[in-house]
Amino acid sequence: MADQLARTHPLEAWLPAFAELTGAVRIDAEPFVSMAVLRAARATTGDLRIRGTALPTAPNTWAPAGDGRLIWLGPDEWLLTSPGTAPEALEEELQTLLRPVGGSAADVSAQRISLRLGGPQARQVLAKGCSIDLHPRVFTAGQSTQTALGQAAVVLLALDEDEFAVLVRSSFAGYLASWLLDASLEHADPALTS
Amino acid sequence: MTSTFRTPEGGRVDRSTTVEFTFDGQTFPGHPGDTLASALLASGRHAIASSVKLGRPRGIAAAWAEDPSGLVQIEEPFPEPMLLASTVELYDGLVAHGLPGQGRLADVPDSARYDAMHVHVDVLVVGAGPAGLAAALTAARAGARVALVDEHSEAGGSLLSGTDRLDGAPAAGWVAAAVAELAAHPEVLHLQRTTAFGLYDDGFVLALQRRTDHLGGAAPRHEARQRVWRIRARQVVVATGAHERPVVFPDNDRPGIMLAGGARTFLHRYGVRVGSEAVVFTTNDSAYDAALDLHRAGVRVAAVVDARPEGSPLRAEECRAAGIPVRTGSVVAGTSGGDRITAALVAPLADGEVGRADELACDVLLVSGGWNPAVHLFSQARGRLRYDEVLGAFLPGERLDGLAVVGSAAGLLDLAGCLADGRRGASAALTALGIAPAAEVRLPTAPEPVVPAAPLVLWRVPDASGAEGSTSFVDLQRDATVADLARAAGAGLRSMEHVKRFTTIGTAHDQGKTSGVLASGITAELLGVPVQDTGTTTFRPPYTPVAFAALAGRDRGRLFDPERVTALHDWHVAAGAVFEDVGQWKRPRYYPRAGEDMAAAVLRECAAARSGVGILDGSTLGKIDVQGPDAAVLLDRMYTNLISSLKVGSVRYGVMCGVDGMVIDDGTVLRLAEDRFLLLTTTGGAAKVLDWLEEWVQTEWPELRVHLASVTEQWSTFPVVGPRSRDVVGAVFPDVDVSNEAFPFMTWRDTTLDGVPVRLARISFSGELAFEVYVNAWYAVAVWERLVEAGAPQGITPYGTETMHVLRAEKGYPIIGQDTDGTVTPHDLGMAWAVSKKKPDFVGKRSFARVENQNPLRKQLVGLLPVDRQTVLPEGSQVVDFLADGRLPPPPVPMLGHVTSSYRSAELARPFALALVKGGRARIGDTVHVPVGGTLVPVEVTSSVLVDPEGARRDG
Repeated sequence: MADQLARTHPLEAWLPAFAELTGAVRIDAEPFVSMAVLRAARATTGDLRIRGTALPTAPNTWAPAGDGRLIWLGPDEWLLTSPGTAPEALEEELQTLLRPVGGSAADVSAQRISLRLGGPQARQVLAKGCSIDLHPRVFTAGQSTQTALGQAAVVLLALDEDEFAVLVRSSFAGYLASWLLDASLEHADPALTS
Repeated sequence: MTSTFRTPEGGRVDRSTTVEFTFDGQTFPGHPGDTLASALLASGRHAIASSVKLGRPRGIAAAWAEDPSGLVQIEEPFPEPMLLASTVELYDGLVAHGLPGQGRLADVPDSARYDAMHVHVDVLVVGAGPAGLAAALTAARAGARVALVDEHSEAGGSLLSGTDRLDGAPAAGWVAAAVAELAAHPEVLHLQRTTAFGLYDDGFVLALQRRTDHLGGAAPRHEARQRVWRIRARQVVVATGAHERPVVFPDNDRPGIMLAGGARTFLHRYGVRVGSEAVVFTTNDSAYDAALDLHRAGVRVAAVVDARPEGSPLRAEECRAAGIPVRTGSVVAGTSGGDRITAALVAPLADGEVGRADELACDVLLVSGGWNPAVHLFSQARGRLRYDEVLGAFLPGERLDGLAVVGSAAGLLDLAGCLADGRRGASAALTALGIAPAAEVRLPTAPEPVVPAAPLVLWRVPDASGAEGSTSFVDLQRDATVADLARAAGAGLRSMEHVKRFTTIGTAHDQGKTSGVLASGITAELLGVPVQDTGTTTFRPPYTPVAFAALAGRDRGRLFDPERVTALHDWHVAAGAVFEDVGQWKRPRYYPRAGEDMAAAVLRECAAARSGVGILDGSTLGKIDVQGPDAAVLLDRMYTNLISSLKVGSVRYGVMCGVDGMVIDDGTVLRLAEDRFLLLTTTGGAAKVLDWLEEWVQTEWPELRVHLASVTEQWSTFPVVGPRSRDVVGAVFPDVDVSNEAFPFMTWRDTTLDGVPVRLARISFSGELAFEVYVNAWYAVAVWERLVEAGAPQGITPYGTETMHVLRAEKGYPIIGQDTDGTVTPHDLGMAWAVSKKKPDFVGKRSFARVENQNPLRKQLVGLLPVDRQTVLPEGSQVVDFLADGRLPPPPVPMLGHVTSSYRSAELARPFALALVKGGRARIGDTVHVPVGGTLVPVEVTSSVLVDPEGARRDG
């Protein structure tokens, strides 16, 4: 058997710049996260549970599911993430669950990457390019939204008071990383920027 | 220069620090807290520049953004044109000069940062004067989310410019306490130096914050110099105050003539006397404050000239006590002077007749014609304005949902009234939001207002000089006069919108803050109609000028437009690729070797793909996963050809049309399972096709059990192309029998590479034997490198989009959007074979029955071969008819069509082109002409398929 095939993360080249951020804003690229899009009519999914979690029915919410998250994307559409499952295995697992109820699942693991954004100024950084209301009382942990951040379409998840996940199309990852670093500049250690 | 006109004390400047600046080459002192205007006035300098058309000297005419004349160009620290001396905050090292109407953009890049910030609030209060502060406090105490924006360097509004007392102490104390309280409310965003410049639907307000402008060269580099706040407010309280209105009279433009309120601001806020000897010309009581305050500060006030026949008995008494002469029933009918006013010509005014004038020596003439509420934001919200006969001003004339106008912006001119109105406006906003107001919001006690004598509405003093109003300036910046308004009226113009454009009044940097209402009033007089009928011009954003750099924000340079890249981008860069923009994608166009230009590189890449093996990063192709029991039904309806008959494991080329029967996209379809397909779209069509399919599924056929998902970036795609491709693919994927028998054209096979799933498909966009390799993009680099490594013995050659275009064009494969333009049917492309005759219906089918679609003279896709075997026809060239003698017919030259694609062909050893030509297929074998430069190039019309028309090469 030849060498294990290597995986390449779209943001590999940005990791050192992320690591230089200190304090007020933190940016991290989550490593390879398997993702699958789930489709099923609400009426058919009654007591269906995905890794023990019911499909969120409230718009713009997410729920923990197994080692990942189950994210509402539309009335009949969800995204399941799982760092620990192989992409094709995740699709198969979900196909098995959903096909009997007329639903479907598709592997979209490489379609998006997941960024983590944290720190006391994280909301400020997001507010520079996101037009939705990010007030801590409005966009609370468990909320999600599909919106534009800068000029990139993203799925934004509130994980905690100062902690967010940003899912972005892989081809836009570099743009968004540059955008976020640029937006974080004024919160960076002045010694580094003078 | 010394600050001869600086008062010994008072004002809000920091006298402990002196800064130096340069104006018109001369060095001046000033203090932090000064504006450029106040510092110049402190040194006795009024003149700023000469006027744009007439070259008349002009000076500082007001203390803030309403100044029509004091425009300057900043040179240092960074060149910036068309700023007002009255609004430029002073800093050390400022270099500026006066502008005669036009400035100069910097010829070096602006290295400052600009950005934007979104914020949502319950209540936005615009203006931090007494009404705005009262409103903000009311909303803040109720716990609402509040934004308070104000364009000055500090809060206070009119309180900074006067001697008002609140709760028995100078008003500054109350202002400071209010600001401190607001700062303590966690839900309050209080921004000074921030101008709300545009109000749009649903409480959306844009505000420009000047964050570091006032720091000059000392501004920190990593902070945005200016920020555009994008505020979404559930309720807006407009507390923007009022602008003083001048009166128009002959020679009213000399330096030293300014608004009375402005002079008072310079005195109280900046500690500057605007002159030594003043004449005050007024139509209302407010200018008496300026006269008395300046008198107390040591300015000799030669006279208060009050146009009202009775004047103001109460204020006249105060003047008498101070020894200031008051002339009632009088006007300023003219002035003398050069670079500075030297005298006002004061004359009685009775029954519209100006009497004999006296010359009153002065070095400043302070004018007040009343107050115009700053209704700009209300008007931008499309609020109707009402003309108030008493004030001679336009006021909000209706209630708007979600927007309250309070204080002097609503026409209130007394302090206690403004405070109460601010509280009322905020309370109403809270009520509308269902937020309970705090129990008691106590307002500070303002002195009992003295009821002023009724103002007189006087737009202009009749011109007794014989100049017929040609020196009576309405818009100083535009050099537009009463005579110009008379010409407009004489030319038959009645609408202020027309008058504005005819005279240019109100089109300068200040957008008519002083001139707009004057123009309406004077035009009404000239036409003999009520002012309400002339109305105002439409107020439009921005309220004050906003630099394009601020609007661009961070969307410049690399962030101007997102660059989308594939998983292999870094490999392409390392391989020396030259990139091409395809929409937002960066795609390798070609990979030049040392010494190669594009033509040479492309010929080499083409030759490799036709005779050996090449590899392309095709990952940008759109990909859509279609699943569900009705997937085949949907695709039969969306493609022109039959998809449902496709076997699992097979691939079919499909064409999609709009309802008009015109081609909108094309690509291959892989049947993955009975109920699952993978659709390939063009790179540019990916999002459009998914939306198109979703639109039909969601709005027309919701009964179809089918689900769509974009997987464009999920699957990296590499065509491995050429007669040796089988060797390479076979070597990398030994588990797959790549023989033609086991793996025929237009089929796909799944395999794995070190446990990673890979899909191979026999699809060719070049006519050559080719395999497309699909893999999860995580593994794109690894799989690509395996292929490149395995292909080394065969000389595998990475190729770019240019070679891809040549290869496909040689085969006559159209690029939708390049060889088509939305007016081309599949039949026009010679693809009648791709249009099903069996299917009962599909999108576009009905349009094919149109008579025009049967027209044999429709433009059809053909090949063109330049007869000289040399000329590469420029894409877009016209194909023309010519006369029998070979000359062009006279214009208009009949056009047969145009060149859509044109390349050099390594395979044909000559250039060739694709073109849409009228009745093209019937012309095959004919010679037509293409004008290139000045010459007519003869070209032979051929089939669009120029290489391997038999298709012998696709199986290797």
